[in-house]
Amino acid sequence: MLDMIFVLLILTGFVFLGSGRLQFGIRTLAVQGILLGLIPLLEGGSAWWGRISALVILSIGIKGFALPYFLTRAMRKSNVLHEDNPFLGFTPSMLVGILCLGGSFWLASRLPFLDSSQPQMAVAVSLFNVFVGLFVIISRRKALTQVLGYLVLENGVYIFGVAFTVNVPLLVELGVLLDVFVAVFVMGIMIFHISKSFDHIDTDQLSSLVG
Amino acid sequence: MINLYALPLVFLSLAAAPMLLGVINRVKAISAGRKGQPLLQVYFDLLKLLRKAAVYSRTTTWIFRAGPVISLAGLGAALLMVPWGGIPATVSFAGDFILLFYLLGIGRFFVIVAALDTGSSFEGMGASREAFFSALTEPILFAVLITLVRLTDELSLTDLFYQVTPILWTSSGAALILLVVILLILLLTENSRIPVDDPTTHLELTMIHEVMVLDHSGPDFAFVLYGSALKLWIFSALLAGLIIPVRSGSVLTDGLAFLSGMLAISVIVGIVESTMARLRLLFVPRMLVGATAIAAVCIYLTLK
Repeated sequence: MLDMIFVLLILTGFVFLGSGRLQFGIRTLAVQGILLGLIPLLEGGSAWWGRISALVILSIGIKGFALPYFLTRAMRKSNVLHEDNPFLGFTPSMLVGILCLGGSFWLASRLPFLDSSQPQMAVAVSLFNVFVGLFVIISRRKALTQVLGYLVLENGVYIFGVAFTVNVPLLVELGVLLDVFVAVFVMGIMIFHISKSFDHIDTDQLSSLVG
Repeated sequence: MINLYALPLVFLSLAAAPMLLGVINRVKAISAGRKGQPLLQVYFDLLKLLRKAAVYSRTTTWIFRAGPVISLAGLGAALLMVPWGGIPATVSFAGDFILLFYLLGIGRFFVIVAALDTGSSFEGMGASREAFFSALTEPILFAVLITLVRLTDELSLTDLFYQVTPILWTSSGAALILLVVILLILLLTENSRIPVDDPTTHLELTMIHEVMVLDHSGPDFAFVLYGSALKLWIFSALLAGLIIPVRSGSVLTDGLAFLSGMLAISVIVGIVESTMARLRLLFVPRMLVGATAIAAVCIYLTLK
């Protein structure tokens, strides 16, 4: 079951790399958020039940519903529906994704771990999502897609955390969630301002700003 | 290893292969609210074509005439190595799947060369697309085989499919489900079915397979048509071997389970064809690279 979720997380990463429509990307991200939210439920083990359910409900609520809602609104407001010409096309991006996948499995097998029961797959998946997020941030033009990339990266970090430290205090995890929430909020405002003053959200054109 | 007692099954496959096309057409007709052509229409078409005489253009050479024959011969030989699910194939040896897929490759090569031989610009276009897409499907195919070999530790198709049991499905279901998805995409691409190519289109500009065989007529075209039916049968047989893990050991039970799997696959293909539109040509490579990505995930899953 947990394996299934990890496989789906990898596949959503690829869908994310291969799609240019922002609405579709946001939906993929929502699916990823819901999948992520389910992980603690499946591997919670001995942790306190109430704590896990709070974590599951909050993370699914924020990552699966609230953030996609804000992103969709930002997309509508900035009036950009499609990533038109990324620096690297969608098909080559997926090939890069395959390389990232290989790299992350290799790294995961190289890292020394104390507890080697479950984590190797989780580490690989989390590294893969971090790589995908970074790659999307550097290879796409639109600010909104870069925000999506940031969120995928953050999802990767979250998988790492959940897979390893079931016993991290609830407050810390909630703090991270809050950070992401605020970050997306701020980025949404930024995107709104960029699109209001320049009629587009192409970040590579920002470098030619004149004082 | 040669199992002569599996030979009747090869003849049964030869006889039943066009039926798959009939079932697909019937499913499409029903979902479109039509009555549709008779189930046996493909057989009628083949008989009609075989009675006709072939017309050859003066610009073509022997290559054009050899194309359909070689391609059909390759497919027929490949059929000897395809197991019916758990029932052994007539010929099996370590690494037989490589021979099988390169026999299909020889067939495709000669169809492409024959298309180029006509000197028609449309056929050249179709040939180029066919070559491009088959170059993209080959890594996927071998990734599938690598995964299967790693899952079962066997090196011939017969042994390999014999190991695909419900036990394997429970122990590595995730990889097998992905394999089924990839094989379905491969089946649709290799046989020029709808998301990739529309077998019923009448516009040469958008065709892939059909445009390559425009100049063939009479028995040659019958060979091409029958060859595509056989190819569909071979790919469906591989898929059916995966999705129907019935390995009781009795030929009757296994054979019936396999045939019902084949029927189910052609119904699924029919449903896919009637619910989807053909993808834009630019999107096909993206879909295939996506399938390669899934195949890579499969391999990594078996590496654990």
